[in-house]
Amino acid sequence: MIEIHDLCKDFGPLRAVDRISFRVQKGEVLGFLGPNGAGKSTTMKMLTGFLAPTSGRAAICGHDVATAPLEAKRALGYLPEGAPAYGDMTPAAFLDFIADIRGLAGADKAQRIASVVKKVNLEAVLHQRIETLSKGFKRRVGLAQAILHDPQVLVLDEPTDGLDPNQKHEVRSLIKEMAPGKAIVLSTHILEEVEAVCTRAIIIAQGRVLYDGTPAELAARGPLDSVFRSITTGDKFAQAS
Amino acid sequence: MKHTLVLFKRELSGYFATPVAYVFIFFYLVAMGALPFGLGGFYEREQADLQPFFAFHPWLYLFLIPALSMRLWAEERKSGTIELLMTLPVTMGQAVMGKFLAAWAFAGIALALTFPMWMTANYLGNPDNGVIFASYIGSLLLAGGYLAVGSFLSALTKNQVIAFVLTFVFGLVLVLAGTPVVLDPLASAAPSSLVDAVRSFSFLSQMNTITSGLVDMRALTYFGSLIGASLLANAIVLDLKKAD
Repeated sequence: MIEIHDLCKDFGPLRAVDRISFRVQKGEVLGFLGPNGAGKSTTMKMLTGFLAPTSGRAAICGHDVATAPLEAKRALGYLPEGAPAYGDMTPAAFLDFIADIRGLAGADKAQRIASVVKKVNLEAVLHQRIETLSKGFKRRVGLAQAILHDPQVLVLDEPTDGLDPNQKHEVRSLIKEMAPGKAIVLSTHILEEVEAVCTRAIIIAQGRVLYDGTPAELAARGPLDSVFRSITTGDKFAQAS
Repeated sequence: MKHTLVLFKRELSGYFATPVAYVFIFFYLVAMGALPFGLGGFYEREQADLQPFFAFHPWLYLFLIPALSMRLWAEERKSGTIELLMTLPVTMGQAVMGKFLAAWAFAGIALALTFPMWMTANYLGNPDNGVIFASYIGSLLLAGGYLAVGSFLSALTKNQVIAFVLTFVFGLVLVLAGTPVVLDPLASAAPSSLVDAVRSFSFLSQMNTITSGLVDMRALTYFGSLIGASLLANAIVLDLKKAD
């Protein structure tokens, strides 16, 4: 349902993303791993149609992001990096706005909003301005916004960043619960998260795919930290230690 | 259309969710009320019209419109919500129009709240209400044209102060283009056709035509194309550089 083919992105002389290709099927949860600045967010921004790629193409549910952006965006739920939201709105007003944009109406709309509010535990802060909320709540508002229309494809840029261990656990359970019916891509730099929720892991560094396989295979190579270091830095030593 | 309306509603309610709207409207009304009486000689003229009132609009807009337009896109960039907005199933045109129309409607609300001026003029004498109505339309068009420019300039930066200054300078040039400050030196150096062209592009001369009671095709074309060109440039700039 997600298709990325030979995607490249140049920022001036810097090649941030270098010929990345992958597909994600329904039911798969793809963990996107890599050091900071590896090109994870840039790839996601191109997949969701926010950034235009220098070359290559991305498609969501068969809709090319460049040529059929509206169809692609309708099928997509996206949590951008940092979970941006309109700070002067309350979560209730914000979700209402997103629902209107997504074309939800009437009883269906009320039911969808109530359901996601319950799923991400927003009841307590529903009528507080978003800018006054803690980082954890802001992240959950962003998550609620992304899953509101029950999209077929979910792209989550660091969904558990800034959450405490309990909240991380809740978000991971939520992702696992939704996984069977969707294609999900999430980025993280927490290695355990990949083992906990992902069916597949891709490691990128300097814009290139260095590893594509299951988290179990990755774990079989040794302690995750050192496997990650050896893959992303090419440091044989790290693997040994 | 429906999406534009949803964006319009969000943006307009955003103004009223913070003290910004109330502070803006308060100072707008104070200035719009005080200037015609203090500096404009509203009483001393002993004429029942709103000429002194509307004469101040281009000058007041010079400060108030940039304050309104600076946040339109700069804030979306700063807070990162532009990424959210641009990955929702809305077109660039809908996003630009929705936000612009909300700002324009807000300016319209502030303008409409000056109705006591109109009541005062009617209480004191028998003004030509047709002229006053035309002048209100003209003031609204001026606000719209200037807001569209401000929206475009706001899309260039994530810094609201820069957006304010750019918009202010642009407005200042267009207002002054109708005054001797610009026209006199120009007249001594350039052919009169150029002087006339510069004058006709000025906010002041456009406003003067309208406040004399004449909303003609030229004024409509002028403000219409100013709004159209600015919003088009706005959309192009956003499309070219969304991320930074």
